[in-house]
Amino acid sequence: MQGLLAEYLPILLFLGVATAFSLIMIGAAVLVARQNPDPAKLAAYECGFDAFGDSRGQFDVRFYLVAILFIIFDLEVAFLFPWAISLGGIGLFGFWSMMIFLGVLTVGFVYEWKKGALEWE
Amino acid sequence: MANPWPDNGLLTLVWFVLCILAVMLPVVLAVAFVIYFDRKIWAAMQLRRGPNVVGPFGILQSFADGIKLVLKETVVPASANKGVFFIAPVLTFVLAMVAWAVIPWGYINGVKLVISDINVGILYLFAISSLGVYGIIMSGWASNSRYPFLGGLRSAAQMVSYEVSIGFVLITVLLCVGSLNLSDIIEAQRNMWFFIPLFPMFIIFLISALAETNRPPFDLPEAEAELVAGYQVEYSSMTFAMFWLGEYANILLMCAMISILFFGGWLPPFAFLDFIPGPIWLILKIAVFFFVFSWVKAAVPRYRYDQLMRLGWKVFLPISLGAVVVVSGFLVAFDLLPNKG
Amino acid sequence: MILQTITFYLFAAITIAAGFMVIAARNPVHSVLYLILAFFTSAGLFVLIGAEFIAMILVIVYVGAVAVLFLFVVMMLDINFTELRQGFLQYLPIGGLIGLALLIELIMVVGVWQFGPEVAGHAIPQATTNGMTNTEALGNIIYTQYVYAFQAAGVILLIAMIGAIVLTHRTRPGVKKQRISSQVYRDPKTTIEVKKIKPGQGI
Repeated sequence: MQGLLAEYLPILLFLGVATAFSLIMIGAAVLVARQNPDPAKLAAYECGFDAFGDSRGQFDVRFYLVAILFIIFDLEVAFLFPWAISLGGIGLFGFWSMMIFLGVLTVGFVYEWKKGALEWE
Repeated sequence: MANPWPDNGLLTLVWFVLCILAVMLPVVLAVAFVIYFDRKIWAAMQLRRGPNVVGPFGILQSFADGIKLVLKETVVPASANKGVFFIAPVLTFVLAMVAWAVIPWGYINGVKLVISDINVGILYLFAISSLGVYGIIMSGWASNSRYPFLGGLRSAAQMVSYEVSIGFVLITVLLCVGSLNLSDIIEAQRNMWFFIPLFPMFIIFLISALAETNRPPFDLPEAEAELVAGYQVEYSSMTFAMFWLGEYANILLMCAMISILFFGGWLPPFAFLDFIPGPIWLILKIAVFFFVFSWVKAAVPRYRYDQLMRLGWKVFLPISLGAVVVVSGFLVAFDLLPNKG
Repeated sequence: MILQTITFYLFAAITIAAGFMVIAARNPVHSVLYLILAFFTSAGLFVLIGAEFIAMILVIVYVGAVAVLFLFVVMMLDINFTELRQGFLQYLPIGGLIGLALLIELIMVVGVWQFGPEVAGHAIPQATTNGMTNTEALGNIIYTQYVYAFQAAGVILLIAMIGAIVLTHRTRPGVKKQRISSQVYRDPKTTIEVKKIKPGQGI
């Protein structure tokens, strides 16, 4: 238990060191360089034109669909990790149990393929 | 990691910080040189000279660029969300660095060179790479500008799509290893590097790694011809440099992952070459794969977005899913599984 | 050990603060970002009790996937903030009532809480057992002992997949698509006609 946490302490420290490093770099640049902002410089870039309208418009619902499908497959991968590790211990039953699980999800995959949900236009 | 002062808390912390700097600073330095090599290789393939003014052969070009960037004004767009705008580059950089904590560099005099040898090393790397998308979404959103927003969206969908196949490829490797620890993954390749039995998986991983790091031919988020530079448009000075450092550190990390998963990490290609220390082998392998990344950049035209999504979802996903079934079926059928209970 | 305690309180405090900011932040995107911070520190808490696999999966699934979806949704909403705040007073009585009901329920739950007799005297269960990593320990039971729950999870995922497609998928008419197979299977004989033309004659 203690050994396990001892391995994670450096990661926490690493997080701190890396954050400090990047903050110092950005802070140094802000301090060293001459800051001379003007309205044209601070305007959002739009090839020299004044931006018209808010840039955060609505976008294609397809991005949302991709995110949902990703969650599902990501969960599938998450289930596969412990299985891959202990497949030797759980034998044929564990193997077929996962095959059925993958089979069910493959049905879903085929469905979305046939529906054309994977196509971008 | 070997700790010379196990009983003294404060000295231990200092020792850890020194070790961390001993990994982080070389990685940052390596990134500087790697950017130079990237430009040189790319130039050579197009029969140009590439950077050749600053220092001998232009080798100090990246440092000159770095100093120039420090001296530039940090422009923050008036309409941007200031906090998130600054968090995004810091996050990109920090994530790219923190991932190196679990990379094992081999043994020197019987001491294992790794900052934190956690049991779930490969999951940790997978988690870090899945977080990489935030730097891009956050910068795209916080800039409050049209090009960054589009670039961020595209990039998010792209990275997310290829992560699935990366996950399945990892599973096929883990099936052959039976452990999530990176050192165990390398040790399992003592007899045969995994790229031989899992060659198709290696190819899928390589291409997905290109997509995951937004490298050409998958650099649509940055596509300079249509989106000028995607999510980086509004960034300047050090905030911009942080994105670059992070991006190239991520590319090096992907090269390291390919070496560890498929090419035996610190292991020498032949046993009689054992006298050369492990870190050198790993660095050599990383360099070779970085060359491959540069080569691809010079040789292959950019994908169209629909082609990219098609490749991810309709080609790589079914193939890698099938490979999980085939590899596990093979291992079960011939009773080759590790960790038999 | 002291370091462990400090880290625990640090993570716990950040988790609670971030959780509060999720509901307090004006901008919904900021809310999601605070939610991500809360997930992150919760993963840290999981590591502190030795459940490293769960911690990593929490980061991979919740931060890496679910929160991306949340961000997409929140970014997709074209929110008008002044309009959003207008209805606040109007809905305050109902909202307050629901809040009060929840508070009473929570107090009742906490008030009657007592530890089961079989766990009362025991220490916190250890995540790692006899040298086995907890990933392996999980793998040994999920697919065999809890096979029905596992298969049910698969079916739930299938339903989610189908539901997402039914709800969001629209085919837009009149969009040109690239059909790779029809491109590959194009036959030169049917598409190209070669005509022999003598020089100087024209067609």
